Amino acid sequence: MTRLLWAALAASFTLPAAPPVVIQNARVLTVTRGSFTGAVLVKDGKIAEAAEKVMIPPGARVIDAGGQYLMPGIIDCHSHIAADSINEGAVSVSSMTGIEDVLNPDDISIYRALAGGVTTANILHGSANSIGGKCIVIKTRWGSAAEGLKFKGAMPGIKFALGENPKRRGMDDGPAGSRRNLRYPGTRMGVEDVIREAFTEAKAYQARWKEYEAGKARGETLIPPRRDLKLEPLVEVLEGKRFVHAHCYRADEILMLLRVADEFGFKIRTLQHVLEGYKVAREIAAHGAGASTFSDWWSYKVEAYDAIPYNAAIMVRKGVLVSLNSDSAELMRRLNTEAAKTMKYGGLTETEALSLITINPAKQLKIDDRVGSIEVGKDADLVLFDKHPLSSFAKVQKVFIDGALYFDRDRDLSERQLLQLKKKKLLEQEKQSAPQQKKQDRRPQ
Amino acid sequence: MKYRVLALACSALVFLPGGIVAEVPSVIAIRGARIVTVSGPVIPRGTVILRDGLIEAVGDAQPPPEAWVIDGEGLTVYPGLLDALSTLGLPDMPRLNGTGRPNAARPRSAPAPARGPEDRPLNTSYLRAAGELSLTDRRLEAARNAGFTGAVTFPTEGVFAGLGAVIDLAGKRPGEMVVQSPAGLYLTMYNGGFGTGYPSSLMGVIAYIRQIYLDAGQYKAARDIYAAHPNGLKRPGYDKWLEGVLEAPRVLLPANDPKEFERMLRLGEELNLQVLLYGLAEGFRAPEILRKHNARVLVNLRWPEKPRGADPEAEETLRVLETRDLAPSTPAALVKAGVKFAFYAGALEKPADLAPAVRRAMIAGLSHDDAVRAMTLNVAELYGVADRLGSVEKGKIANLVVTRGDLFRDKTEVKYVFVDGMKYEPETPAPAAEVTR
Repeated sequence: MTRLLWAALAASFTLPAAPPVVIQNARVLTVTRGSFTGAVLVKDGKIAEAAEKVMIPPGARVIDAGGQYLMPGIIDCHSHIAADSINEGAVSVSSMTGIEDVLNPDDISIYRALAGGVTTANILHGSANSIGGKCIVIKTRWGSAAEGLKFKGAMPGIKFALGENPKRRGMDDGPAGSRRNLRYPGTRMGVEDVIREAFTEAKAYQARWKEYEAGKARGETLIPPRRDLKLEPLVEVLEGKRFVHAHCYRADEILMLLRVADEFGFKIRTLQHVLEGYKVAREIAAHGAGASTFSDWWSYKVEAYDAIPYNAAIMVRKGVLVSLNSDSAELMRRLNTEAAKTMKYGGLTETEALSLITINPAKQLKIDDRVGSIEVGKDADLVLFDKHPLSSFAKVQKVFIDGALYFDRDRDLSERQLLQLKKKKLLEQEKQSAPQQKKQDRRPQ
Repeated sequence: MKYRVLALACSALVFLPGGIVAEVPSVIAIRGARIVTVSGPVIPRGTVILRDGLIEAVGDAQPPPEAWVIDGEGLTVYPGLLDALSTLGLPDMPRLNGTGRPNAARPRSAPAPARGPEDRPLNTSYLRAAGELSLTDRRLEAARNAGFTGAVTFPTEGVFAGLGAVIDLAGKRPGEMVVQSPAGLYLTMYNGGFGTGYPSSLMGVIAYIRQIYLDAGQYKAARDIYAAHPNGLKRPGYDKWLEGVLEAPRVLLPANDPKEFERMLRLGEELNLQVLLYGLAEGFRAPEILRKHNARVLVNLRWPEKPRGADPEAEETLRVLETRDLAPSTPAALVKAGVKFAFYAGALEKPADLAPAVRRAMIAGLSHDDAVRAMTLNVAELYGVADRLGSVEKGKIANLVVTRGDLFRDKTEVKYVFVDGMKYEPETPAPAAEVTR
């Protein structure tokens, strides 16, 4: 299916401020308040009521979801969709860059994620840098412009990365047939050094500005210091105004980062991937870092050899705030089945499993007052499945964001043919207007 | 058929290469022609008097006795066409490519990979088109034959490519071509991609542009303070890159689709820049965004085409097909939304492609008047030279194109082109000059 086909298809779903919606007779999985069979009333984009019975206000749109399952919109704490560039790999500290500058609302992966029930995603810079670029939290509001994707009020973030990726920027041919590394660092030690140096610089930069502000307050005439877009986000990290999401694999590098953060006086908000997190779960919990991991990916690179599918469950049991992420536009469409795996590997309960893709990532991104569960007053980001979302047979039927219907499986299926026709017409039109080519004589000899 | 009313009688002929005859009388009158002034109503029958390279009178003026008189019977006088974005006169620099996407920077030497904005990579903001002009560019003649008398011409390599100039397409010396310099700074989103020096990504480029403008503001503040109180102050260094950036009265930013419109317009607003967007292939999709931001835009007349040598089996998306179908409706959509725009022909393969390209926009709803305006007065207004160029008005530079038939029509013949009051005639009635580049 082509990208634009989907684009046009889904654009038609974006509805303006709608009348109240009641989804009734559904099995409601609130995640934080247990489960019940009943209804959810959506008003002005918010969940107004969630109970076994709700009063249907006049003019409300009623959706009978008998036999279906309603859960909060899925949150992916680690995604690279909806952006026109991901890595600024030329430098090992690329904190001057930001995903916000390159948001791509036309990326079909947004629609596909939506069709998999994802309503919120943390869009991260890539992992080519010890300190990467700025991240942004979006809602998958397919059809809106870049500005409309943004999750307003979410804390800004920044990507860090440890291990193989930041230390391997590329090689070229050195003298006499040798190979040389193109960029510092080339080792894990070097990654630590780059982070330390950047924060040392950031502290000096912070001090320069404080000195300037103090002088200005005393009434002195001063030239303000040069603004440095590389160091500004790091000062925000030091001041607790920007979350650090750190890509990591091995236990040793995880401990290294936690020590460096403690030394410089900032917090690691989430450890991303954190495949050896189970080895140092207590230390992670003690620092207060969240962990956002894969369900059962391992051995795809040397630093992933010690990964185990019990990672998420073990960290949960050791008191770490854990979420499951996709890091992939494809996996993103079925995070519900990823969550289900933690029941098999580690014996998490249904609610615990669902928490890994809803309320836990919401807490990690500090947006749990808005999303992550079905509670009165929260954003009406809701997903309707035909079967229990932890079943691998479950299919998403409808997705609401802020109370507006953004995905509807029936409409999607019915409009595909229309779009195919439209495309066929354009192709024929183009063929006819193209200059006639001479037909070659192809008589058999 | 050749119109050489005066050529044989003229004693001061200058033969230029390429079969063009330029005449040098200081006063010329075109009598009895239809005059499309663009700035005012069409004059069905009138006279235009040119003196010393300027327009002296328009309307029912009597040709003075010293004037060389051209019979304008059956002819139409338009202001000379202006190409709003080109590389004309810069034969050694790469041409605009057809996509509206940036040219790659040529590796002049192999510099060390840049480590950040402080290395000023892909930055030749100090390069001035006005100082690099050459009259040997064979495209000048081809452009004149198609009715162009002026252009805005830019260096186009790198991210900060350089300072453009409004030029006339003829002159005795290159410097005489310049009407206004600098006309603006040409920016692209060029980057070498992953594995190259900084910036190697789109977001790197945007961050780089932002840092350069912040640095420029800081530099200017420090420079001004030092200029006022040099005694006792540590002097700031000279930064040729920031000087170039500060000198530009406006900035050209690339944008072809709605997401790029918003991205670039927001960047311009954030950095407090006078922005001209260029490209605009998918302008038909969201003219309201452009209107909302009060955008001023340059529309690429090279409409999107199926790439040559494309894999015939590859399936194209509906959006791509739609864009090819509807891109020529962009100008009409802009007029309707009240967005000020000009055309640029710099990406066309040859000047002879101009009329068919404009006709496609007219078939898609653009009026003939608006098409003419988009290649004359609008260009002048967008670059702030409407006091000198863009219409047939007293006091303006004597740049005219005289045709038999309406401009851009199929069989229209360009009879004369006047640049700074100098008359040029296409040698052949059908100016289909193929220029090898």
